[in-house]
Amino acid sequence: MPIQEKCRILDHQKVAPFHFKITLVSKYISSHAEPGQFVNVRCSQDYDPLLRRPLGVHNVNPEEEIFELLYEIVGKGTELLSKHQVGQEIDILGPLGNGFDINKDKKVAILVAGGMGVAPLLYLAKFLRSTIHDPRSIHILIGTKTKELILAEKEFKTLTDNVIVSTDDGSYGKKGFVSDVLLETLDPRTIDASATIYACGPKPMLKAIAEIAFQKKIDCQVSMEARMACGIGTCLGCVINTTKGYQKVCDDGPVFDAKEIVWTS
Amino acid sequence: MDKLAIELCGIKLKNPVMVASGTFGHGEEAAKFVDLDKLGAIITKTITLEPRQGNKPPRICETASGMLNSIGLQNKGVKDFLENRLPTLAKYKTPVIVNIAGESAKEFEELTKILNKEPLVKGIEVNISCPNVSKGGMLFCFDPRATRELVATVRKATSLPVIVKLSPNVTDIALIAKEAENAGADVISLINTLWGMAIDTNTHKPKLGNITGGLSGPAIKPIAIRMVWQVAQAVKIPIIGVGGIMTGADAIEFFLAGASAVQVGTANFVDTQAPVRIVEEIKEYLDSHNISHYKELVGKVTA
Ligand SMILES: Cc1cc2nc3c(=O)[nH]c(=O)nc-3n(C[C@H](O)[C@H](O)[C@H](O)COP(=O)(O)OP(=O)(O)OC[C@H]3O[C@@H](n4cnc5c(N)ncnc54)[C@H](O)[C@@H]3O)c2cc1C
Ligand SMILES: Cc1cc2nc3c(=O)[nH]c(=O)nc-3n(C[C@H](O)[C@H](O)[C@H](O)COP(=O)(O)O)c2cc1C
Ligand code: FES
Repeated sequence: MPIQEKCRILDHQKVAPFHFKITLVSKYISSHAEPGQFVNVRCSQDYDPLLRRPLGVHNVNPEEEIFELLYEIVGKGTELLSKHQVGQEIDILGPLGNGFDINKDKKVAILVAGGMGVAPLLYLAKFLRSTIHDPRSIHILIGTKTKELILAEKEFKTLTDNVIVSTDDGSYGKKGFVSDVLLETLDPRTIDASATIYACGPKPMLKAIAEIAFQKKIDCQVSMEARMACGIGTCLGCVINTTKGYQKVCDDGPVFDAKEIVWTS
Repeated sequence: MDKLAIELCGIKLKNPVMVASGTFGHGEEAAKFVDLDKLGAIITKTITLEPRQGNKPPRICETASGMLNSIGLQNKGVKDFLENRLPTLAKYKTPVIVNIAGESAKEFEELTKILNKEPLVKGIEVNISCPNVSKGGMLFCFDPRATRELVATVRKATSLPVIVKLSPNVTDIALIAKEAENAGADVISLINTLWGMAIDTNTHKPKLGNITGGLSGPAIKPIAIRMVWQVAQAVKIPIIGVGGIMTGADAIEFFLAGASAVQVGTANFVDTQAPVRIVEEIKEYLDSHNISHYKELVGKVTA
């Protein structure tokens, strides 16, 4: 059950040219958020921007009663958020949505992040590591455009040795799209159809991943995005097209079974 | 609390702050955040006779101090509403007003007759003003005669209070309001969203899948205030003011313009506590201005 509360900023760091990590204090959210859920952040006290901005839960620490968000400045809301100082409070609504469905029977987990998709996947990786998985059975693929946009690599590497980084321009790690790297990783000698793919990133990337998963008959969960107003299922503004008709990203998702998404729309 | 209680066309409200149709689901979804018993009334998301899947996404885009939406009256139809949605509101004391729309007067009539039999329904709000559907909706509210005929049809089909929700997308709002009054409306609510559009300068495409949508939020408040004021001069029946209300002071402004009650819409998305906060802020205003009942403010703007 989500709540609306004012959270104090404990830390706020620039982690890349346009990317920030913010640490917020909340006993409730840090102990209730599940991997893949998000919070809806009020970036301004004013009316511009008016609506809250959805950001995925990047990390939680229930003992210290804190959670983290990782975000990129892309417009007015995120720009204003980045100006917030340690000690200030921000109005947060969360945790929201249905997170990843963690299938405990599956032995292998493959996490595929494109760009900002690393945000919710770090928490997922930690969760998998602490609950069910042997570090050798967690595979993490991080793809970005270029070297300076690679985020959270160190954190992922503390969880497993199987972290593969790729850049579109080849400036770091493997050269090429993360979906191509996935194809290599899916070598049947290392991974069989009992794996689950968890993916978050731009829509074209998710579509490519979903196609691969479909061909290889591997379960695949994707975290989708849409413009949101309420974040709690009341406005019907955030729908995407699925095989079940229009579904709300905010409370039917944001995580969906990749087979249910109608990718063409 | 007495400073805020009011009877509006026979519906007893503990305060004049309602939640606007389409911004609060059918009530139960928002009950996680807001004590529904603190609201003046709940106005449910527009329902239609048959299910509607709504418009193609994207359905939302933010604009300066406001937002455009093109939901397109997505709903599961009246049958689902009566079976699954309305019963969830039985445990609350707050009156439920059901907002309806149809593609023809016949559909409005049928819906009204169905709802007329429901003890939980305390009033019907007739949505003749949605900018997001091609048939019905705005076609009625543009035309004084069509408005009169539709309202008369609904009026005949029910003994419940009939609230007619007007569109701001007309040349002479007072004329349409008078037609609704003459046809038997008990209350006028206004405004629905303003018909708008936004274009992405990178892709040269409209930002909404439906191309156009309805503008709401603080940006539209001055227009809503002006229209409430104009309609208040033209009709004798009570008015519910809607449009850009974010604070108690905004609600007071609507009372002064001539509204007997208000609806809070887009503000629910920004602050889940908005309607209850607004009730508190109205109370504080009355206390600090030594006003014994908010009704003393209604229509008291002095030119
Ligand atoms: C469930 C969910 C989780 C998210 N998690 C994160 C996260 O962890 N970290 C992060 O950096 N971002 C995340 N996002 C995206 C983030 O919400 C947007 O970047 C943010 O709302 C942009 O706000 P703004 O005011 O800065 O930009 P705006 O001025 O609103 O927009 C700037 C540009 O970004 C595009 N844009 C904005 N929001 C979206 C969106 N939701 N989907 C697609 N395009 C968009 C706009 O079309 C525009 O071109 C998430 C989105 C969703 C739906
Ligand atoms: C997302 C959204 C959905 C809406 N859906 C409906 C609806 O189904 N029926 C209706 O009569 N009005 C609907 N409206 C209009 C509101 O009830 C209200 O008249 C309008 O938004 C102006 O008020 P506001 O500025 O406080 O939001 C909707 C508005 C929004 C923003
Ligand atoms: S954002 Fe309102 S229903 Fe999803």
